[in-house]
Amino acid sequence: MKQFAALYRELDASTSNLVKQAALQRYLRSAAPADAAWAVYFLAGGRPRQLVPTKLLRLLAQQAAGLPEWLFDESYEAVGDLAETLALLLPPPTEAHDLGLAAWLEQHLLPLRGMPPEQLAEALRAQWRQLASEERLVYFKLITGAFRVGVSRLQVTQVLAAIGGLDPKRVAQRLMGYTHIAGRPGAADFAALIAPESSGEQDRQASGQPYPFFLAHPFALPLDQFDAVLGPPSQWLVEWKWDGIRAQLVRRAGQVCLWSRGEELVTDRFPELAEMGGTLPDGTVLDGEIVVWHRDSTSQPGEGRVQPFAELQKRIGRKTLTPKLLREIPVVLLAYDLLEWEGRDLRALPQQERRELLDALVATAQHPSLIASPVLHGESWQELARQRESARAMGVEGMMLKQRHAAYGVGRTKDVGLWWKWKIDPLSVDAVLVYAQRGHGRRASLYSDYTFAVWDAPPEVEERKLVPFAKAYSGLSDAEMARVDAIVRRTTMESFGPVRSVTPTLVFELGFEGIARSTRHKSGIAVRFPRMLRWREDKPVEEADTLQTLGALLPS
Amino acid sequence: MPPEDLVIARPEGLYCPPGDFYIDPWRPVDRAVITHAHSDHARVGHGHYLAHDDSAGTLRARLGDIALQTLPYGEAVVDRGVRLSLHPAGHVLGSAQVRLEHEGRVWVASGDYKTEPDGTCTPFEPVPCDTFITESTFGLPIYRWPTQAALFSEIDDWWRANAAQGRASVLLCYAFGKAQRILHGVDAGIGPIVVHGAVEPLNAVYRAAGVALPPTLRATDPGVDAALLKRALVLAPPSAAGTPWMRRFGQYSDAFASGWMQLRGTRRRRGVDRGFVMSDHADWEGLQQAIAGTGAERVFVTHGSVAVMVRWLRECGLDAREFRTEYGDEDMEGEGPTPGADGTTSGP
Repeated sequence: MKQFAALYRELDASTSNLVKQAALQRYLRSAAPADAAWAVYFLAGGRPRQLVPTKLLRLLAQQAAGLPEWLFDESYEAVGDLAETLALLLPPPTEAHDLGLAAWLEQHLLPLRGMPPEQLAEALRAQWRQLASEERLVYFKLITGAFRVGVSRLQVTQVLAAIGGLDPKRVAQRLMGYTHIAGRPGAADFAALIAPESSGEQDRQASGQPYPFFLAHPFALPLDQFDAVLGPPSQWLVEWKWDGIRAQLVRRAGQVCLWSRGEELVTDRFPELAEMGGTLPDGTVLDGEIVVWHRDSTSQPGEGRVQPFAELQKRIGRKTLTPKLLREIPVVLLAYDLLEWEGRDLRALPQQERRELLDALVATAQHPSLIASPVLHGESWQELARQRESARAMGVEGMMLKQRHAAYGVGRTKDVGLWWKWKIDPLSVDAVLVYAQRGHGRRASLYSDYTFAVWDAPPEVEERKLVPFAKAYSGLSDAEMARVDAIVRRTTMESFGPVRSVTPTLVFELGFEGIARSTRHKSGIAVRFPRMLRWREDKPVEEADTLQTLGALLPS
Repeated sequence: MPPEDLVIARPEGLYCPPGDFYIDPWRPVDRAVITHAHSDHARVGHGHYLAHDDSAGTLRARLGDIALQTLPYGEAVVDRGVRLSLHPAGHVLGSAQVRLEHEGRVWVASGDYKTEPDGTCTPFEPVPCDTFITESTFGLPIYRWPTQAALFSEIDDWWRANAAQGRASVLLCYAFGKAQRILHGVDAGIGPIVVHGAVEPLNAVYRAAGVALPPTLRATDPGVDAALLKRALVLAPPSAAGTPWMRRFGQYSDAFASGWMQLRGTRRRRGVDRGFVMSDHADWEGLQQAIAGTGAERVFVTHGSVAVMVRWLRECGLDAREFRTEYGDEDMEGEGPTPGADGTTSGP
């Protein structure tokens, strides 16, 4: 535990990737394999199911620190991170321990889950008496699960590859499923991550695991540079960029697994896709997008219309899927890649060939829940740009450009192939900042999270009001945020816990990807991916937009 | 009827009505008692200044030819029936608490203070009083400082590791107080020490006051070359970060010394390699001990976590109130926010 805590501090202290990778390598080479197994689990993004209810954890720590609740809350607000607050507030330890990371997890932490409250309280207090001050932060991070220390899964992959003398793609493959919520990695699992490549490595595929997703990069050059940078459109496979859930459907050994990009197994959420997968031959892996799809009685197979992401959210949020819900909000898989066919890994094949095999598969399958994402054609980039103008009306985010000759890469790599996302410009309105809340992590104690409002009537209407309609956190530079923070403090009208209402003085151009009617929002409108495009310091509050402006952006 | 308060808040600053003078006023006044020479406490434009002997050098260096009277610690002056004396605050060289006695009442205004001795200024002494005016810069229980020994072993380790790898160790710190504390505390055997032009004049003031500081070099001194810099500890004010002055250090490691470095968020926002938790202010425990040590039943809280401290002290049974002031925190000058320090907070 001490060694892992030291690693955490070292990773946290540095802003340099090289230093972080070196520290990680040193740790993984020298740590006991059982400890290394857990370190990889957490650093690669794994988190076990909640070990201790957060409320109880706070209460017990507050008691141990001898503080009233309000002072604990004030402290938490200033720190902006629960684990760190707890680590800072507990009194110094009175005992010592000599256990490693794995022992801490297996003997102390994992058994906490489901313990009766009194026993749990006693167990936690005993642990707190033993932990050295410098181990506490990492200990509470393990419990609260928010284990962000500026190390990406890709970096962990690269370090493991360096240690094992392996291709990072192989390691990425081995890491799929490693960080599963119920994962209990041990010394053997760690050894398997860095073991020399075996001839039977492909057999692991029988397990229903997905391939690492290949991710696209944003493309935002002016149109007149497309030919110079991309070459002619004929070298590219062009598709719509769908606004749904990226997923892999894995059909192997008589089983169907549907994986989201976050490596979450979502098969149960989409029974119609599980059923569809069951009709495909074993040894098939599809890559595509789950979307809500509406068709009317006259629709031909494959025809229909994608629905806003908000519709999909209704499906995701529901605990039980009633037949009514499945009927009213049907989903399909818009497939755009074939990664495995007849048990063979196709990822090294050119995009074009994979696409031809995919089209053949979809045609043979003839299943209403499986649609091949249409390929778009254009003689020139100008012509494609014209087609792209209809993206908003189609309910898509823009276009995807995929090199026809390229292989399917791993993550955001660019070495074997390239996918570009060529998104349409966001919708935007000028909105007024009305509430501010302190941020977390790097923005702890800064008022960095804002609620925005528009007017409920045009300027000529007397006594019009501001109606909140969106929250946004991103888009400002650190310097701008510091200035907004200072203004928020100066113009505060009221504080409600961590939130402050402010005298409306600040106008921002707010961008968003989609807009839909909503009964859950006071404004009657929900926007998707709102963010600040720029600070309109030139604009008085009175000239901010209205609900009517927003309404005009709603799809007809 | 209770007697009039010995110190009240006025738009110009904290004012003593019977004595007709201000303590650390932020607007120009005729008579100002200055607790210490940091710029938010010692401002320009007052008619007459009164401060500790050791503040004379720094005050004159900053404010020019001012009408200044100085006192040693513990020596009293009596004027208009108010007996005034200065007592060590342990914040920076010459920093003082102001003790006021009038018609049997005793008030003490702390200015800024730190309870742990650091070897560069006279250590804080609790002064018994009826009413204590305390700062609250780090008035949250999350602020608990490491001991001097632990702090300097951390700084030394960082410097040693950098020197071994052949890169300069640039430590950003406030030029007055913090820089001299670092000079006094580090292991000067590790390598040469180079200081920014803003730091050296203050070193001279400390040396003149008899504080032991190791030899320091200026970046422009003869013999200060690339080879020397690779092993050097470099002390510079935070404002030097990102300026051309830093280019001469090549591939350096940087760090920032401040109490705010206690929090990961502020540390990461600084964007430096290391943050050392080092403050010239009292931590939570220090504040509580200092307040208890005065025996005061009434406490006025100034700059920092005012609302929190007022509420906490009231729950501890004291008569606690807020004084609105315009003091800041030297580490956060030119920054936007000061965590915990909040102009809009008010007593419950």
